[in-house]
Amino acid sequence: MHSANNHITAGKQTGDIKFMPQTFQKSSNSTLIEIENLHAGYNGEAVLQDINFTIQEGDFIGLIGPNGGGKTTLLKIILGLLTPKKGRISVMGKLPQDGRQHIGYVPQFADFDSDFPISVRDVVRMGRLSGKRLFKRLNTEDDAIVEERLDWVDMRDHMDRSLKELSGGQRQRVYIARALATDPKILMLDEPTNSVDYESRTKIYDLLHTINEQGITILMVSHDLNVISSYVKTIGCLNRQMHYHSEKEITAEMFNAAYDCPVELIAHGLPHRVLAEHKEAR
Amino acid sequence: MVELLSYGFMRNALMAGVLVSLACGIIGTLVVLKRMVFISGGVAHTAYGGVGMAFYFGVNPVLGAVVFSLLASFLMGYVQRQTRQRQDTLIGVMWAIGMAIGIIFADLTPGYKADLMSYLFGSILAVTNADLWLMLVIDLLVIGLVIAFYKELQASAFDETFSRVRNLPVDFLYLVLITMIGLVVVMMMRVVGLIMIIALLTVPAAIGSLFLKDMKHIMGLSTVLSLVFTSGGLLISYFFNLTSGATIILFAGGAYLAALVLHRFCRRCPNA
Ligand SMILES: Nc1ncnc2c1ncn2[C@@H]1O[C@H](COP(=O)(O)OP(=O)(O)OP(=O)(O)O)[C@@H](O)[C@H]1O
Ligand SMILES: [Mg+2]
Repeated sequence: MHSANNHITAGKQTGDIKFMPQTFQKSSNSTLIEIENLHAGYNGEAVLQDINFTIQEGDFIGLIGPNGGGKTTLLKIILGLLTPKKGRISVMGKLPQDGRQHIGYVPQFADFDSDFPISVRDVVRMGRLSGKRLFKRLNTEDDAIVEERLDWVDMRDHMDRSLKELSGGQRQRVYIARALATDPKILMLDEPTNSVDYESRTKIYDLLHTINEQGITILMVSHDLNVISSYVKTIGCLNRQMHYHSEKEITAEMFNAAYDCPVELIAHGLPHRVLAEHKEAR
Repeated sequence: MVELLSYGFMRNALMAGVLVSLACGIIGTLVVLKRMVFISGGVAHTAYGGVGMAFYFGVNPVLGAVVFSLLASFLMGYVQRQTRQRQDTLIGVMWAIGMAIGIIFADLTPGYKADLMSYLFGSILAVTNADLWLMLVIDLLVIGLVIAFYKELQASAFDETFSRVRNLPVDFLYLVLITMIGLVVVMMMRVVGLIMIIALLTVPAAIGSLFLKDMKHIMGLSTVLSLVFTSGGLLISYFFNLTSGATIILFAGGAYLAALVLHRFCRRCPNA
């Protein structure tokens, strides 16, 4: 492992996103998440079948698939919120419950109470909490991190507002800031740009791109194919079974293998990309 | 007015109002925000089973209520944690069974039973010094726990999944909260009675969350409001010779309606 000296200065960033890099080792290519022969489901209903999937440090994976394909279920397994029926999973070489503290999670839609009286600042402060800091108060360093992460998603000006006064897209950005406030090694986002307008969407993807370049691994569920294809490095398709190749190429063949994955992919910009267009043959 | 305070029972009653309001404002806020109103009503009514059994066996009814209310809390908490459907049915059934046990044991108990009614409808004027000490202990416990775990309680009340991913002790906190609900129910039993606890527990927090945007502030306002309701209701009931518990509840209910109307016409209030 090299001691990192590839600090990226703020001036080099994409757009107006200010990202203060931490030291990291870009060249180490270790496995962060490893899933082998995994089966999972709810009350007898099989959802995930024989999943084999690894995530390497530095990956930026876009996860696509039809509604009900099991994308959110897979994230829940990785986060240790759901136990698999069969198979093996490790997160940072540990059980999900022990490894998940390194994951910054952005849930699909707020399946929680969006009417809850809480300020934007307090939502993002949640990212600074952990089971290890139970009786400790948050300090000025935490507050600085909270403000900075809000700045990254352009929500700093709304810091003292109540969450319920925000629009859906603004809330989504707050949840992204909360995930970033955990200083994650892996960022897992479940359709993060669902109700975000076009301009903010681009900003969020630019931000993710920058963060990924700092060495933070990203797994992102999205239906927003046109956009993700120009940002992510690899694409996985999940429809009960996983179709994923860690080569940085997306082939028409791969999509054909993923027969039920409706995909219309337009790739641009990235050199390793094969343009694949696939109409559903049903 | 001042001579009222010279009566020992009045002093105890007002003191009880203060002590109950502290716990009620804090826990009531969590109950309302975590949508545990129904479960709290269930715990309160089930506690009557303990009161009835205690009467039958000749032990202190408060003890019976504590045991039953904690048992009901754990059982209902467990049922609510199971994400399967029909949890409200199960809680409703336990609620009724608890009451039925209380009534049957009261039937079986020979002799004078008017005292049993005071647990159902409250008797703030009969609060003893021992009751006050118990209330004080529960208050200290509630305040201590909520201060120690405030940010974790707030986080897991708002977004349990994320809290779990952060490895916060979500299940432990839920257990703590449900235990506190059980204890607060017992202390409120003296003031408004088991049947009406749910109103005094939830109305102040419901008013608070109409106008305020932060859980801490809602807890504070709820405490003040429940103090206003208990002591105001107590004075009204004294002067008009009415049942104190019911008067307190009607006062609180009236204030809630007024708050709803006010909120409708208040353009600068959150959520208006
Ligand atoms: N809590 C649950 N209990 C029972 N079944 C569930 C539960 N959550 C999901 N399922 C089922 O599991 C399957 C996969 O759901 P999942 O949420 O993982 O899909 P998804 O790929 O995330 O879909 P979407 O694109 O709509 O978000 C669906 O058939 C769904 O009905
Ligand atoms: Mg999903």
